[in-house]
Amino acid sequence: MRLSADRERCVGAGQCVLTEDTVFGQDETDGRVRLRTETPDAELAENLRFAVTICPAQALELTED
Amino acid sequence: MDDVTTTQVAFPMPRTCPLDPPSGYAELAADSPITRVTLPTGKSAWLIMGHTYLREILMDPRVSVNRIDPGYPHLVSLTPEALAMMSKVNDSLVGLDPPQHTVHRRMLMNEFTVNRFRALRPRIEEIVNGCIDAMLAGDRPVDLVAALSLPVPSLVISELLGVRAEDHELFQQCTLTAFNRKALLEDRIGAGVNLLMYCDKLVTEKEEQPDDDMLGRLVVKYREAGLYDHSHLVGLAMLLLMAGHETTANMISLGTLALLEHPDQLALLKTDPSVTPKAVEELLRYLSIVDISGGSRVALEDIEIGGVTIRRGEGLIALLSGANRDPSLFDQPDVMNLERGARQHVAFGYGIHQCIGQNLARLELEVVFGTLFRRIPELRLAVPAQELPLKDDASIYGVLEMPVTW
Repeated sequence: MRLSADRERCVGAGQCVLTEDTVFGQDETDGRVRLRTETPDAELAENLRFAVTICPAQALELTED
Repeated sequence: MDDVTTTQVAFPMPRTCPLDPPSGYAELAADSPITRVTLPTGKSAWLIMGHTYLREILMDPRVSVNRIDPGYPHLVSLTPEALAMMSKVNDSLVGLDPPQHTVHRRMLMNEFTVNRFRALRPRIEEIVNGCIDAMLAGDRPVDLVAALSLPVPSLVISELLGVRAEDHELFQQCTLTAFNRKALLEDRIGAGVNLLMYCDKLVTEKEEQPDDDMLGRLVVKYREAGLYDHSHLVGLAMLLLMAGHETTANMISLGTLALLEHPDQLALLKTDPSVTPKAVEELLRYLSIVDISGGSRVALEDIEIGGVTIRRGEGLIALLSGANRDPSLFDQPDVMNLERGARQHVAFGYGIHQCIGQNLARLELEVVFGTLFRRIPELRLAVPAQELPLKDDASIYGVLEMPVTW
């Protein structure tokens, strides 16, 4: 599973952090998304799919194996 | 030839129950999810219902939030004075499209992160407890709106921005009047002007001495970026103050009412406080208090959507409650279920303009509902629910007054 975040699209709503804060964070200086990992555990798949869906800027992408 | 206006639905419809969107909306959503409606100004706009179309249109770069555009679907006719004031706030953030919007939103984003607000929780608990202490010490019944709903967000946003404590009262009065669509238009404009004058003074003070508060930090940041503009920051200060007040206040009042009206659900919250974050999400979805303005746009080009063509220059309203009560997204959408745990609602809007203060709002609501029913478990309405004066035609739904006792 590969996760990517487009920081150019990110609008800092924080929805991804609320969904899975072990994977998503927000940069303290610009508030935009920072991935803690690009290859998260498979057991998080459901949560990550949800984060991708609700991102208001559609800035996240998850590629599942 | 048929007169088009006679066949168009009048919008908005009034709420018949304070907790539910007008009953006619669901019917409209089922029959014609994208339809022409007539606004109170006599102008026409497209009403867009359902979560799929809402997401599609609010992500479309060909729609604009520019409130000064003649096609923007305002619900009231604006006087030149009102338009002048609106242009001030319009130019700060909420009325900007990319690329300007991107620049200014990014200036604010690190002020509104999840972690920043998590750190603020103890202070918000203090503020909420202070309001409840005062309620418990005073006479009953108490007007919850005046005792809790308004002071909490007011104190929080004022502290965040760096407003002096002695000026909080002035802010509350001004924002309350400016946002009340039942108040006289002259009074609303007068309140808006007072608020604007105060913000101007406050920004001037921060320019001289940029304290370590949000406005002070913004002064520094905009200067560093070479983008500092006094007038712009005044508009932004005003926007943040207003947006932080009225919305959260109405969620506190209506959320409390919704819980009191659903005793089985309230019992859940009382027995298991860990339900509170989920409960907040469900109340946001269920109540959809910023139903109309959150999804109001104007088309910059012709847009094909759902088999219709929205022409360039036409206004459109993607109805937030239309998505939040969409049966294809939520099972039994008209049932309030605090354990639903569904955060795919669009109570904060959708797209690049989604509420920047949403995590502050969540925190305030969590603390309020958690604390209020823990400290006053016997809280109840002091008048029948149907006697509550509703803000049913307001741009933000709410109650004007809510007497409670225990």
